[in-house]
Amino acid sequence: MFKSLIVIMISMILVHNYPLAQFLGICPFLGVSKDMDAAKGMGVAVTFVMVIATAATWPIQQVLNHFGIGYLQTIVFILVIAFLVQLIEMFMKKSMPSLYVALGVYLPLITTNCAVLGVCISNISSNYNYIQSLFNSFGAGLGFLFGMILMAGVRTRLVDEENFPEPFRGVPIVLVTASIMSLSFMGFSGMFS
Amino acid sequence: MSIAIPIILVVAIGFVASAVLSYASKVFAVEVDETAQQIREELPGANCGGCGYAGCDDYANALAGDHSLPCTKCVVGGPSVAEKVAQILGVTAGEGDRQVAVVMCNGTSEASKKVMEYTGIKTCKAAKSIFGGINACPFGCLGFGDCEAACQFDSIHVRDGVAWVNRDTCTSCGACVEACPNGLIRLAPEKNLVFVRCHNTEKVKDAMQACSNACIGCKKCEGACKFDAVHVTNNLSYIDPEKCKNCGMCEKVCPTGNIINMRLVKNAAKKKLAAAAPVPAKPEAEGAQPNA
Repeated sequence: MFKSLIVIMISMILVHNYPLAQFLGICPFLGVSKDMDAAKGMGVAVTFVMVIATAATWPIQQVLNHFGIGYLQTIVFILVIAFLVQLIEMFMKKSMPSLYVALGVYLPLITTNCAVLGVCISNISSNYNYIQSLFNSFGAGLGFLFGMILMAGVRTRLVDEENFPEPFRGVPIVLVTASIMSLSFMGFSGMFS
Repeated sequence: MSIAIPIILVVAIGFVASAVLSYASKVFAVEVDETAQQIREELPGANCGGCGYAGCDDYANALAGDHSLPCTKCVVGGPSVAEKVAQILGVTAGEGDRQVAVVMCNGTSEASKKVMEYTGIKTCKAAKSIFGGINACPFGCLGFGDCEAACQFDSIHVRDGVAWVNRDTCTSCGACVEACPNGLIRLAPEKNLVFVRCHNTEKVKDAMQACSNACIGCKKCEGACKFDAVHVTNNLSYIDPEKCKNCGMCEKVCPTGNIINMRLVKNAAKKKLAAAAPVPAKPEAEGAQPNA
């Protein structure tokens, strides 16, 4: 049991890494990774939201299944996640203003973050139980944080743009960087089946 | 009946969510500074960052938090906005320190050695991309006038291979600062009249070989300054605008003449103007070059 949880987590961090292998949550991955501190904050916030969202959506899915309306999954999940993010935003504004300012516009963006919705739906479609779902979400969040930190680490070295040809400066070089990183993460595929 | 359950369920979830949120908005309510909001309404909302803060909101918050901060920082709004903000804060707007662009190179065509016959595209950027440019000095003004093209106010011109700023019409927008591939242009307070016009950090021998007007880091200016304003670091002299009193002593001792005193330039221009009265006035800073 415990072993399977570890396997789930490691597979989410390395093999099925959300931004770099599954391409979910690309918007904050590219948007907030300019600065290491903001990247860490975003990663932690997403991890937090993912776990909370899973904790809320998994029981709701059981309710939906009970009434035989599992097809409402997407719309109900979006509703619940949006609600949770709003709540967290209010909480953060009050108790962690510095993190709130650092995350800026990206915190509301978690509302529509496909990674959060993605992990909730993948928990259901993988037939995980409650504990497994929570670990899966936590692993996905850690994977996201991991990707963010790697990206931010690379991007702090891309600041001096004198070395790039002009058309590559700004977002293009970041996209090239992301694709090469993603390519390297393909090396992990097949570690677990 | 089958449609009722989904509707009830989604409505119930929505209702619970809205109830919790409205409750939370009271519990986690953050007191918003009313002054900040008022200031924010006066600011143009361009979020350009020209004031040095992260945006209009940030600037408004900073002003509301500390009334002693200058309220003249908004570049877009200018004096009219500064006055309104000052009214809200109950202080006088005062004159903001006007800034002007300064070119840190004196490598005129005769002083600066050329290392190639350049026939490519006539822009500084293009020239810079080929072995660092046409000059022996890799730091100097390339003289193709990228700054001139970037300036919307016709305030910077290349004369004799070096860019010159018209200090009267310069709006300190910073377009030339970004345009210069060698990073030679910076914004400095208008009250400062004495500048080091060199950006060369090479050692004495290399700098002298590259350009006869280069700063060689001899530190004579450092010794001449009574206000501890001039310092040589990395073979390059720098005058601290905060400490400089515009006395011009450093300019007098400079052996290569890379320090310029704008007051002398002004005076020279006036004399020139007086000598040839009918001739239309040349912009002052461009008028004469005392060190050339």
